[in-house]
Amino acid sequence: MPAALAVRGLVKRYGTIDALAGVDLEVREGQLVGLLGPNGAGKSTLVKIACGLVRATSGHAEVCGAGAGSRAARSAIGYLAELFRFPGWMSADELLVLHQRLAGSGPDERQRTELLELVGLRDARSRRVEEMSKGMQQRLGIAQALVGSPRLLLLDEPTSALDPVGRRTVRRLLEELKLRGVSVLLNSHLLSEVELVCDRVVILLGGKVVAAGSPGELARSRGVEVETNGGTRTYADARREDVPRLVAELVRTGQEVYGVRLLTSTLEEVYVDAVGGQTS
Amino acid sequence: MSAVWTIAGYGLREALRRKVFVVVCLLTVAFLALYWLGARYAFHHIANVAPPEGVDAPTFTGAFLFGMAMFGTLFLGVVLAIFLTLGTVRGDAERALLQPLVVRPIGRSSVLVARFLGAGAVCVPYVLVMYFASMVLTGLEGSWWPDRIVTPGLELAAGVLIVAALSLLGSVFLSSIANGIAVFMLFGAGLVAGLLGNIGHVLNSSGLIHAAKIAAWAVPFEALYQDGLRAITEKTSGLTGFLLRLGPFGGAEQGGAALRLWAVAYLVLVGLAAVAGFARKDL
Repeated sequence: MPAALAVRGLVKRYGTIDALAGVDLEVREGQLVGLLGPNGAGKSTLVKIACGLVRATSGHAEVCGAGAGSRAARSAIGYLAELFRFPGWMSADELLVLHQRLAGSGPDERQRTELLELVGLRDARSRRVEEMSKGMQQRLGIAQALVGSPRLLLLDEPTSALDPVGRRTVRRLLEELKLRGVSVLLNSHLLSEVELVCDRVVILLGGKVVAAGSPGELARSRGVEVETNGGTRTYADARREDVPRLVAELVRTGQEVYGVRLLTSTLEEVYVDAVGGQTS
Repeated sequence: MSAVWTIAGYGLREALRRKVFVVVCLLTVAFLALYWLGARYAFHHIANVAPPEGVDAPTFTGAFLFGMAMFGTLFLGVVLAIFLTLGTVRGDAERALLQPLVVRPIGRSSVLVARFLGAGAVCVPYVLVMYFASMVLTGLEGSWWPDRIVTPGLELAAGVLIVAALSLLGSVFLSSIANGIAVFMLFGAGLVAGLLGNIGHVLNSSGLIHAAKIAAWAVPFEALYQDGLRAITEKTSGLTGFLLRLGPFGGAEQGGAALRLWAVAYLVLVGLAAVAGFARKDL
């Protein structure tokens, strides 16, 4: 089965600026991949190429086996832009009907009800977009992206305008989508969320991939912390395989061991290391 | 094709909600009211005036007034067409309204065609209503009716459609304000071409007449307007006919079937250029 998104040697040049300088990336079926990087790293450009909004200078991008931007590829995606706007005069329901028709799925009321429930907007069905808060509009944007049951969801900063409860709603939604086998490329600055929900993380810097892997693979060992009756001791160079030996030594010297904790770097630390402290 | 109708319906609803539509409707009512008053007084006065020899005063007054109404109709139709289309691509992309639509499995050309149909669905009925309302007011007040009833109205509507297509083309490359200014300037260029033709006829300068004709055909909404002006006094001859052919805003010039074919070809060429430009555009 082809990957939901496969990107090979992707280059996008704007004048003399390389927004993407040879990116390789893959999102497999049912995988949730987090795309991280400072502003200007090329994240949005990559997502836009996958959607067919922007043409690559060179390289190749495929969505579910079809060239990015082709009709078949666009039939398989759902997209929420970082900056988006819907006509203020439309109600939530009218907007979803419009997108159902454009997606070719027909005005299925049951699907609209389900989507609005998924994003917590069931009671705002008849409310006009202009009467909604930014957070509600963002959740409506996610519902719009899910119209047509896409196989690949491309979300560019989907939680930037949401409060903590709204973020949790989206996080649960992403977990639900993962269970349903939907692939997601999540472009976000919220590292804690990416760490919580993503199977893989790709970090871009200057249009290049500087780190990629699962959060566990990317996390570096920072030693072992052992809690004893004499206090907490940290062994900075120790690894998981050193734990039995460390505990045995402590017991032999008469100490009581209450707990052992493996220390690893957080995704935030991995990210800061990868981008070298760069912010934009 | 259903996507085209969906977006056309969306564009139509959006167009009818825009303030410019209300403004144009109010201007239209004001224009028609003033036109009715003007026609009433003009026909009333010419009944008491001895016209120059060879001039049929009621025909001259009716055709002159109606020619002005045709220009007013064209002008307001153009205003409407430009405001409905000036931000279709770049303007809507900058406002982030376009991207959610074009990532759907519809062709970008479908978006352009749909927006053109949406603008046409507003502008064409508007122009025809305005045209026939002016005609009825002129006929009721002065008992004067144009020689050709329907064709000039259709030509005005076609002229407005061409402006809408040019504005769509401009919207692919220019920001909304720049596009609006550019298309209005193009409309002004057409008007100047017509006025140059007037001067050419008065001076009997074949060079000026030829240049004006080329310019009018380069922006065929002007040539269609001139053909429409000509059609309303098609059977009027003599001094009255000559004076009317000078027209109130641009001279009356026969375009005929060749012009209509050229207008269709022009529309297709402008449409193809817009589609080609949009297909290559990063959003």
